[in-house]
Amino acid sequence: MARGPGSLTALLALPAGGYMLLAFAVPLAMLCAASFQGPSGFGFENYLRYLADPYYRSIVTNSLAIGLGTTLSTLAIAYPAAFAIAARPAWQQTAILAIVFVPLTVGTIVKSFGWAIALRRNGIVNNMLVGLGIVDAPVQMLFNVWSLAIGMTNIFLPFMLLPIYSVVRGIDARLYETAESLGAGALFRFTHVALPLTLPGILAGASLVFSLSTAAYVIPLLLGGDRFVTVPMLIANGFLNTNNRALGATMAVILLATTTLVLMLFNRAARRSRFAR
Amino acid sequence: MTAGARMFSGVLLVVLILVLAFLLLPIVNVVAVSFTPSAIFDLPRSELSLRWYRQLWRLDSFWESFFNSLKIALLATICATTMGILCAIAIVRKRFPGHAAVELLITAPLMLPGLVIGIALLHALRSIQIYDALTGLLIAHVVITIPFVMRSVIGSLGQFDFVLLDAAQSLGMRPDMAVVKVLIPNIAPGVLSGALFAFITSFDNYSVSIFLTDPRVKTLPIQMLNYLDEAPDPSLAAISTVLIGMTVAILYVCDRMIGIRSLASE
Repeated sequence: MARGPGSLTALLALPAGGYMLLAFAVPLAMLCAASFQGPSGFGFENYLRYLADPYYRSIVTNSLAIGLGTTLSTLAIAYPAAFAIAARPAWQQTAILAIVFVPLTVGTIVKSFGWAIALRRNGIVNNMLVGLGIVDAPVQMLFNVWSLAIGMTNIFLPFMLLPIYSVVRGIDARLYETAESLGAGALFRFTHVALPLTLPGILAGASLVFSLSTAAYVIPLLLGGDRFVTVPMLIANGFLNTNNRALGATMAVILLATTTLVLMLFNRAARRSRFAR
Repeated sequence: MTAGARMFSGVLLVVLILVLAFLLLPIVNVVAVSFTPSAIFDLPRSELSLRWYRQLWRLDSFWESFFNSLKIALLATICATTMGILCAIAIVRKRFPGHAAVELLITAPLMLPGLVIGIALLHALRSIQIYDALTGLLIAHVVITIPFVMRSVIGSLGQFDFVLLDAAQSLGMRPDMAVVKVLIPNIAPGVLSGALFAFITSFDNYSVSIFLTDPRVKTLPIQMLNYLDEAPDPSLAAISTVLIGMTVAILYVCDRMIGIRSLASE
């Protein structure tokens, strides 16, 4: 039967599938092809040239460092926060999730702009620091590594917090009690009960935050100043200002390959840690 | 509760409050600054003023980009929702080879840097001689919004029992009426929240749009970047506050529809 219900249902996937093939997969393939198109023909010429150049290499290192730093800083905050949320009564947890969702949904430009004015010499953060007597006079906080770190951590925190919270919520509290009654100390309970059980959430959050923060464009632009040139800035410049498409395409493929690789490795690790339970 | 456990839960509560305050700080700050009477980004001290909202009213470039964004977001949401619902049904039924590959293809934009999607499309459109900014933006925004609709509709279809459609028909309902009266009401909340997320994603997008706008046709986020670059004043805070208000309203509706918890588990 050529027109059974099965084949008819499959036809429903055709508009979206065809659209994504033409407007997403084909352009990506063309971009990859462009990155292999050097002055002397098809090959790895662009990659060899840009990765051999210390300037471009330092930019790639910058981006990876920003990605790694953001992953670690969001993890350090999200991990205790996830336990703190899960410790509240159910109705409070729902309210807290709603509060986490607002910054997650508000656009990146609005939040970066919010930090840019909060970290000004006369902004709310300096006012608080002076008011609390932590510093005597307003300090320069904008356009350096601190403003960049604060902005990145703030904007990507929900992406770390939600996956960790969702595994923490699922942990049976009696496991800790059992471990304690069997004589396990607090540290042992953490390393042998809490940590292995929350590992899938950590890995899921880390892969998201790393790939998103490595590819961040507006946050370094608005909060880092021009001292931190990142791969996305280089890509944007290659296409918007300098019209160096080979550079833009090559850097885009490097960025894409790095983030995809990290996502795949972390997902595999997460699956393994889930099976190991 | 022992004294140690009480102290521990006290520490957790302090951590929680600090983290939530940190998360909300840039947003609250923007809203507060938008009501300043001063010409720089100071917090309002003695009085609140609507000066910068009135300024917004007179800002032609703001309205132009606002309506561009609105037009693109509406059209992209309609296209993405239509295609997304149909495709979600096909994928949930799993009755064709390669359904997993199709699902991967359609949800992949969620995992890729928007910047890469933007330049890939720019590169492709230029090579087939398409230079119209609105066309390019619309094509791109459908790509980035389809995954949101798909994810949300697949979620609500997962809870729908397709046997109900057969049951309705065996009770004498026409097949098309069964879809309208049984399937659609069941997935409507998922569709609506997916569509609203698609809308806000399109409206807030800059990473893809930045490559596809031109000096005449700008979307609101790109116009905001321009203001920031050229002449930043508190009217930017007023625009941001309008956007924040829109976001909160949309989140509220989604929460009413499918609940904040199922949003979080997505």
